Amino acid sequence: MTRCSKLVDVGRRQFLRGGAIAAAGAAAAVAAPPPSRAAIPGARVDYPSTRLANLADLKPDDPLDVAYPDDQAPGVLLKLGRKVEGGVGPDGDIVGFTTTCPHKGFPLSYAAASRTFNCPGHYSVFDAEQGGQQVWGHATQNLPQYVLRVDAKGDIYAEGLDELLYGRLSNVL
Amino acid sequence: MAYKRQIDRLPIIPADARRQNVVCQFCIVGCGYHAYSWPVNRQGGTEPARNAFGVDLAKQQPAETAAWYAPSMYNIVKQDGQDHHLVIKPDKACSVNGGLGSVRGARMAEMSFSEARSTQQQRLTDPQVWRYGQLQPTSWDDALDLVARVTAAVIREQGEDGLIVSAFDHGGAGGGYENTWGTGKLYFGAMKVKNIRIHNRPAYNSEVHATRDMGVGELNNAYEDAELADTIVAVGTNALETQTNYFLNHWVPNLRGSSVAKKRQMLPDEPHEAARIVVVDPRRTVTVNACEIEAGKDRVLHLAIKSGTDLALFNALFAYIADQGWVDRAFIDASTTHDAPPRPALYPAHGVSDAKPGHLTSFEAAVEGCRLSIEEAAKITGLDPKDIVKAAEWIAKPKDGGKRRRTMFSYEKGLIWGNDNYRTNGGLVNIALATGNVGRPGGGVVRMGGHQEGYVRPSDAHVGRPAAYVDQLLISGRGGVHHVWACDHYKTTLNAHAFKSAYKKRTDMVKDAMNSVPWGDRDLMVETIMAAIRQGGLFAVDVDIVPTRIGQACHVVLPAATAGEMNLTSMNGERRMRLTERYMDPPGQALPDCLIAARLANHLERVIRDAGDAAYADQFKGFDWQSEEDAFMDGYHGHAGGGEHVTYERLRAMGTNGFQEPATGFEGGRIVGTKRLYTDGTFSTQDGKARFMDAPWRGLQAPGKSEQQAAYRFLINNGRANQVWQSAYLDLQNDFVMERWPFPFIEMHPDDMAELGVGQGDLVEVFNDAGATQAMAYPTPTARRGETFMLFAYPMGVQGNVVNAGTNELVIPNYKQTWGDIRKIADAPKAVAGTSFKSKEYSAG
Repeated sequence: MTRCSKLVDVGRRQFLRGGAIAAAGAAAAVAAPPPSRAAIPGARVDYPSTRLANLADLKPDDPLDVAYPDDQAPGVLLKLGRKVEGGVGPDGDIVGFTTTCPHKGFPLSYAAASRTFNCPGHYSVFDAEQGGQQVWGHATQNLPQYVLRVDAKGDIYAEGLDELLYGRLSNVL
Repeated sequence: MAYKRQIDRLPIIPADARRQNVVCQFCIVGCGYHAYSWPVNRQGGTEPARNAFGVDLAKQQPAETAAWYAPSMYNIVKQDGQDHHLVIKPDKACSVNGGLGSVRGARMAEMSFSEARSTQQQRLTDPQVWRYGQLQPTSWDDALDLVARVTAAVIREQGEDGLIVSAFDHGGAGGGYENTWGTGKLYFGAMKVKNIRIHNRPAYNSEVHATRDMGVGELNNAYEDAELADTIVAVGTNALETQTNYFLNHWVPNLRGSSVAKKRQMLPDEPHEAARIVVVDPRRTVTVNACEIEAGKDRVLHLAIKSGTDLALFNALFAYIADQGWVDRAFIDASTTHDAPPRPALYPAHGVSDAKPGHLTSFEAAVEGCRLSIEEAAKITGLDPKDIVKAAEWIAKPKDGGKRRRTMFSYEKGLIWGNDNYRTNGGLVNIALATGNVGRPGGGVVRMGGHQEGYVRPSDAHVGRPAAYVDQLLISGRGGVHHVWACDHYKTTLNAHAFKSAYKKRTDMVKDAMNSVPWGDRDLMVETIMAAIRQGGLFAVDVDIVPTRIGQACHVVLPAATAGEMNLTSMNGERRMRLTERYMDPPGQALPDCLIAARLANHLERVIRDAGDAAYADQFKGFDWQSEEDAFMDGYHGHAGGGEHVTYERLRAMGTNGFQEPATGFEGGRIVGTKRLYTDGTFSTQDGKARFMDAPWRGLQAPGKSEQQAAYRFLINNGRANQVWQSAYLDLQNDFVMERWPFPFIEMHPDDMAELGVGQGDLVEVFNDAGATQAMAYPTPTARRGETFMLFAYPMGVQGNVVNAGTNELVIPNYKQTWGDIRKIADAPKAVAGTSFKSKEYSAG
């Protein structure tokens, strides 16, 4: 018990003196070394930073096929033409989603008229403008969305996901 | 922003994890699942030998894989007081769902009580009593002693009619054979309680008296019949949302044509093609859309009738089919009555008595009695006459070679909670009987169902018919004590405004009285409560798994266990009986309902004996059960038809496929069941002959409906939504669901919204002569002008507030035919900001 409390205290002190940032830096350092060195597994999976496209590649309402975090995980980048929460890019309108339905793993199609992802397997519908919220359907999670970053050159990177992908018990295999 | 769990990996089920049978606790379909559990300090691995699936989990798994589970299928729960990982995932080998999980059932794990992961912390953990002005935890003996003393005192003064009971009668969570027997033995065995109602209606009655009176039990076919039918008729049922995996796994293959090979193999002597479907529903539902996607629009006939006119449609179809000679004469001759007694004197306005609102008769007499021309029916229903003829052809016109068309008739709350329930139910069964579609492959005339079923009780004959309108008794000050078992009338009754107002007043009288007495003086407490009851007060006892709206009015709240926290048996919509095994501890002191009933019976016996009434006390013997299995053996095993063949051990071995009731034997280690009822043409009447019903159309039957229709602008049609169907009581603490439906939606045509100055997500008030409620406006271009559809039984806006008290003769509520006006209350609140208002309909591109 005593030891436990001390650990909690250490955490608290680090946080109070701004240690959270230092800790994040340390985590990155742990991930970086070559695999030969035994590392303590992270509390979360380490997502790759993957360049998916450049701003110039995207046209409004025209989904660009991509894959993330690996080529077994199809998805799209989408320029919606209006700012949405979680959107990136100069207009805050670029989002990325998996296109594998989180219900039974069927490939979703993008319906431009409604800006939804629709599943031909069991008719589920996900709203691309509302963070992938399931408008109607059978999945017990909303559509996994990419965490995106755009650099100074306009390159768009995916650097994470916010829900578990269908068909894998770890988002990074 | 959409709710996201930020879960990027899950613990892997180890190869040696415990695996138990689970049947979804929520809806009638009863999908098969397995519960995997293992100690919290262990985990499996990605290598095939280290996980329960024997596959390499370091690889992406394909669509429809069994080797994946969503975060909602995972939790940490207690087993024998120790934390264990729990995964509840769909079973591919279950014939009901074939591995499909619904948006409800696939959240069973996440909606389990978990201290480690803080889920369902709302669950009741201790008995609670009204002490010092609020509900306080106490011991079982303390709570049950008070309940027994007050109940016994009320019975002494008012007789057993002074005890009013509201109780589930179904299967699945909040029910099951164990618990219906437990409560049934208490109220119908030890006592003969007459003033009792069921969870969703204000009396103790069947929702489908008519079909039963005609000799046709309402769950008479097998889910496979939906794969074999030439035509499916769906009346007032939105199966994609409310019998989801029955629809997906058994209707869709037939609509797609993928069951044609099976038809050819099982029914070789007739032509086969993909199914046609006739959907009778005033509203375009997601079911209609899915049927069109799968079958093509030319094979889907959506009959969007005027609300409440189903009977006119059925009667026209019946007469037309009879006139064309598209009937099964041999079946009618052999299996239905030829006795045609004269009509009751006041028919068709009234039956011979309120107990018999229809007139049972022969085929010929029924055809003439029901007769309505296509044109007359078109006028009443608002349909195109050509569509009514087309429906008749799809239902009954012989196939090539003169072969009889196999048509399956399904119906649910659109009919059951609809206008003139008794005759409308009879009108549909007429068509099924005339066309020989009962007891045959590809046929059936069946309820789609709500909960699973799980009814075994001593006789309810003393209740009478029509049964007492219990809500009216409570509103009018009758009764002194109210026992409530897993019901929440504040959310799910009709005339709810008046009910809540009267109920609160009466129960507050008792609360105020209790506040004036020290808790420790039990004699004085009971005396004080009784004095308040004599003044019109009501002492209320609530048994439930979660805090409820009606529970806020109650003086004693008793915590129950739910499915999986106890062994629980039920049967689904094709009478498929399975055992859900106990895979976790109930929260705190919670007990299975059957054991709560037993302990209450024990206390009543003691209290009544102490009061000197030994003979009455003796009636409460026979409740010495120590486990739910004891209740099962006493109840189902001892009293259900075929129950002698059924034990827990045998059910465990039968897995998630179980058997179809009734059991007829036990052979080769398996319980032998019954795939379809009435295959021998002998029906559930004394002479074995089915009855037709002379059931003429008589307009809107329930009191006050026509006047309401004339007075208000909008139809307030109402029903369910897939995310919260039979699960809303737990969904209230599920972020995924609550973000989607922070308020009940009301689907409205965008032009109606514009006229009222209402935007999407705005809160509107729905109001009429019965009361008022609120909903969130959901623009729906497919809605007809002036016709809305509101989510039913949702606590953040109770639709029952605006349903008037009118019922049919047998006290069946008429929720669907409700009219009201609508006005804006407020702009969309913050909770609505993350809600999508796009069409719920799937489109191909």
